[in-house]
Amino acid sequence: MHFLRDHDFDHAHAGEITPRATYERRRELLKLLGSGVAGAALAGWAGRAAHAQTPRPGKLAALPGARSAISGAATMEKPTAYADATGYNNYYEFGTDKGDPAQNAHTLKTRPWTVAIEGEVKKPKVYDIDELLKLAPMEERIYRLRCVEGWSMVIPWVGYSLAELIRRVEPTGNAKYVEFVTLADPKTMPFVGSRVLDWPYVEGLRLDEAMHPLTLLAFGMYGELLPNQNGAPVRAVVPWKYGFKSGKSIVKIRFTDKQPTTSWVKSAAQEYGFYSNVNPEVDHPRWSQATERRIGEDGIFAKKRPTLMFNGYGPQVASLYAGMDLKKNF
Amino acid sequence: MGRATATLTAVVPRAARPRPLLLRPGAKIVLFVVCLLPFAWLLRGAVLSTLGENVLGANPAEALIRATGDWTLRFLCITLAVTPLRRLTGTPALARFRRVLGLFTFFYGCVHLLCYSWLDMGLVLDDILRDIAKRPFILVGTSALLLMSPLAATSFNRAIKALGPARWQALHRAIYAVAPLGVLHFFWMRSAKSNYAEVAVYAAIVALLLGWRVVDAARAARIRARRAA
Repeated sequence: MHFLRDHDFDHAHAGEITPRATYERRRELLKLLGSGVAGAALAGWAGRAAHAQTPRPGKLAALPGARSAISGAATMEKPTAYADATGYNNYYEFGTDKGDPAQNAHTLKTRPWTVAIEGEVKKPKVYDIDELLKLAPMEERIYRLRCVEGWSMVIPWVGYSLAELIRRVEPTGNAKYVEFVTLADPKTMPFVGSRVLDWPYVEGLRLDEAMHPLTLLAFGMYGELLPNQNGAPVRAVVPWKYGFKSGKSIVKIRFTDKQPTTSWVKSAAQEYGFYSNVNPEVDHPRWSQATERRIGEDGIFAKKRPTLMFNGYGPQVASLYAGMDLKKNF
Repeated sequence: MGRATATLTAVVPRAARPRPLLLRPGAKIVLFVVCLLPFAWLLRGAVLSTLGENVLGANPAEALIRATGDWTLRFLCITLAVTPLRRLTGTPALARFRRVLGLFTFFYGCVHLLCYSWLDMGLVLDDILRDIAKRPFILVGTSALLLMSPLAATSFNRAIKALGPARWQALHRAIYAVAPLGVLHFFWMRSAKSNYAEVAVYAAIVALLLGWRVVDAARAARIRARRAA
């Protein structure tokens, strides 16, 4: 029960809270000060501020990201366990079961990799992944992720605002939409060719949505490179929309004047709209969107938690949809 | 060989004669315990996951709902296989196990419904009703379970006597409707992802088991007709 409204309170950033293990080791650190090891130990400790503090799982190459200054960029909710975030995925090219991607995605080849920027831009270009990695400073963004199926996670992504890339390629006046085309390689993706969806998987955003600072071009998570099953080597993350709007393993970004026909709209337009903003008041035709189960947090007997409008990013993004009927434009 | 056995049974006194394994009282106990194993395994998973140890994967509630549904279908198939197996292999002793298996089908179905309404719907009746309206496949599953309940309720010997064997048997033929409904429920659930591989396996097994009964009934009818002529 909250008796006090706390909207005036500046909440601690999750990264500002000293990890319990570190706190409990404070005496050890003092002892180290007296010894010669102190220099080395403190160097790492002092360097911590340079990076956000999600502990690294130590599975893949490091990809540190600085704390982001963007509003809404770091929820203080507890990040989902790495094992859950990498073992419970929807990535249909590798199978429709949640465990399939983790099992099958090892075949994905993420190098060499290029991303072609096409369409209504003044500077179309094929970017090499290494060039993209160096395009702008990496930031850590701790976002809520709400799946259209009714579950959610909290993921510390590493990347930069997609706007950084968009500005560099200079969209023309005709560019109204951005289309993301993702990899469809039947040789490495066992379910490309299955009839679940039309391949390649295509997603899209309105240009202003794509330009919003919260829209992330992500290369990593949990301080490391993206695992294949999470969309390596580069993916979009649009935290106020259902997860499927955030395309994985992107190979092409196309700027268009017409609204792109996304894979899910093609497959079931009455169930999945182009916008697909998280909205507890607009149900999926076959299930309610009012609540969600937070993976790894809510015990099996816990009631599901209420879903927030725009997944809780209303203060940042609601203005994009001013005057729009969100029931019609679901 | 056959004659030797016959002579032997004639000579050995009744009490000393070894009973066939399937006819021993222990056989039913063993079956009962085996049938409880999946439940025990899932219960262990549920308890461990409330203690923070995740043996059921990232979404233990979903895992429990799905696993209990899978086991209901499996027991349904096993129950329906008893009679064909008994007849094809000439093992009348198998008939003793049909009731236990049928009751376990109902048991897993009930646990499945409980898992759905508790873990998914928080036992809020309003939410359940709204969910059923949105997802007809849940209505199909619920109907299958409802259809099974009078069978479970009349599974004891006195019920057979009270109803009379003919009426009892007619009532228990409802299981032939329950099986396709269960498969339809599963099919519909999987239709969202067009992932029908497992559904096809269950559908084939149920079709085979029900199909055998149709063929068998037709043959019996032919024989009766021939006798009457």
